[in-house]
Amino acid sequence: MSIRIDPVSMTSILTNLFDGVAYGMLLFVIACGLAVTLGLMNFVNLAHGAFAMAGGYVCMLLVNQHGWPFFAALPLAFVSSAVIGIVLERTLYRHLYARSHLDQVLFTIGLAFMSVAAVDYIQGSSRVFINLPAALQGQFDVFGVGIGRYRLMIIVICGLLTIGLQMVLAKTRFGSRLRAAVDDPRAASGLGINVPQVFAFTFAFGCGLAGLGGALSAEILGLDPYFPLKFMIYFLIVVTVGGSSSITGPFLASLLLGIGDVAGKYYVPKMGPFVIYTMMIVILIWRPNGLFGRTAAR
Amino acid sequence: MSASSDVGYHAQRQARWHYGEAVFWLVVLACGFLFPSRYLIMTDILRLALFAISLDLILGYAGIVSLGHAAFFGVGAYAAGLLALHGIINEPVLALIAAGLAAMVLGFATSFLVIRGVDLTRLMVTLGIALLLEALAERFSNITGGTDGLQGIEMQPILGEIPFDMFGKAGFFYSLAVLFVLFLLARRIVHSPFGLSLRAIKNNPLRAAAIGIPVNRRLVAIYTLAAFYAGIAGALFTQTTAIASLDVFAFDRSADLMLVLVIGGTGYLYGGLIGAVIFRMLQEVFSTITPQYWQFWIGLVLVVIVLVGRQRLHYGVLFLPNLLIKQIAGRKAVVTVPESDA
Repeated sequence: MSIRIDPVSMTSILTNLFDGVAYGMLLFVIACGLAVTLGLMNFVNLAHGAFAMAGGYVCMLLVNQHGWPFFAALPLAFVSSAVIGIVLERTLYRHLYARSHLDQVLFTIGLAFMSVAAVDYIQGSSRVFINLPAALQGQFDVFGVGIGRYRLMIIVICGLLTIGLQMVLAKTRFGSRLRAAVDDPRAASGLGINVPQVFAFTFAFGCGLAGLGGALSAEILGLDPYFPLKFMIYFLIVVTVGGSSSITGPFLASLLLGIGDVAGKYYVPKMGPFVIYTMMIVILIWRPNGLFGRTAAR
Repeated sequence: MSASSDVGYHAQRQARWHYGEAVFWLVVLACGFLFPSRYLIMTDILRLALFAISLDLILGYAGIVSLGHAAFFGVGAYAAGLLALHGIINEPVLALIAAGLAAMVLGFATSFLVIRGVDLTRLMVTLGIALLLEALAERFSNITGGTDGLQGIEMQPILGEIPFDMFGKAGFFYSLAVLFVLFLLARRIVHSPFGLSLRAIKNNPLRAAAIGIPVNRRLVAIYTLAAFYAGIAGALFTQTTAIASLDVFAFDRSADLMLVLVIGGTGYLYGGLIGAVIFRMLQEVFSTITPQYWQFWIGLVLVVIVLVGRQRLHYGVLFLPNLLIKQIAGRKAVVTVPESDA
């Protein structure tokens, strides 16, 4: 007896899977900075989405108003968010590392509110789009499976970034310093590692990645002033569900979330975000340290 | 004096009513007669104050950080709205209690999820529950009215005697009465041995467990009670405005509530009341300056409060009144700086 697979539904499954992977990769690039601050440095940063939004708007302004090519604007989105990140880290955030979680939550919610209102004031409250080069628009078919060019590009860029990050963390001197600083800040500084500097650099790099992700996500997630609040829960889910022991945890969690969300919206549109939230609560109850997390050391 | 009787003495001293508190409530009552044109906003403040007391019970006394307290507010609001809309319970006071109980059931059910895990997990779970309920309310729009909200709610007279009027006078005094009764109850609870055990849990759960306090059961109890309070606040919202829409579950509501409590200070019940007044006034001022962007200033207030330090801020504000009391009455300050929280 053979199982008959409807070819139409099969390709739609593959297309959804592909879209879900692209969506998940995007979430990962935005959220992996948060994985470091929240998971490793134990700092609750609810304003992380604001850095992504900043990158997105910088890219939009450069491309739409100054006529920059899209691929030249992307690195600038990264740099601008990283600069904003390092300025805020040095002036404000670093005073709050030792404070209670409540203080951190209040402070970062305040920052998120300010960023929402400020962008609303400067750019207006409507959704903005980035003019994409023609090469990135449309889709092509591979064995009947619709592959969006833009989504393919996202998967390539984010995939390379992920591999790069993993290499940096595992192979370079900076990576081992960061891991040492996170495992035991006191012992690390005793060994001559400048822990605050390592954290500041990591924070800035995470913000930069968020900015890059924000620029890439304008087409898929939608970019408007409410971005930081609307997607806050998604970034938090990635980190809490993924755990913080390595970057593979958040990576797998992002893919799961991306595929789950796209599939959920496609197959059970009525249940909408319901699936995601239930999944998150169940996972957190079942494994409070995340699916791929280790038991908390501190 | 032995240590235990010393503790008992201080606990009793704190629990006693002070003149300042009586004056406070008289002032609130007097506002009802002094500003007859402002009933609507004053009712709003009372509602917010009750909601803030609810959060204070779990945050200030038990140390549970919640980002999704609007969940219970929303359930109370929809319960009261549905009860009135379908004429199941027409009498507002009974409907109020029923709505509170509905929120309480949800609070009890979710408390087991919340007491597990550390701060971060709690934040996520509370936030997740509120978002989940919002999604549910949107999904079952045939019951909740979806984004349009429940419309055409007709409120019956309170206790069958006092009808709601269009100036909101009855609504104001009704809300005030509810707030006062629930405040008395909360005051009694936090000064009871039960309330003291909650403080012990907040300061150090491990030690509290070691001296024989059933930590998890106490947390479940206070979380359930706080859910009841939030449900009542939500029900008051529906009853006095005759509307319930999806935004009762919104994240902004939970975040604003945090701000209210932070402005007023946690852990002494009056924080919620004072915070609610200041918050609404700030909101009024900001929205007259920049109608669309008041959220920016609210955010700025939050950032500044945290950077200055909540403790230091309250100490600074209370410095002058306490000095006056000390000089004139020649005794220790009535209002003290609340103890450190979370």
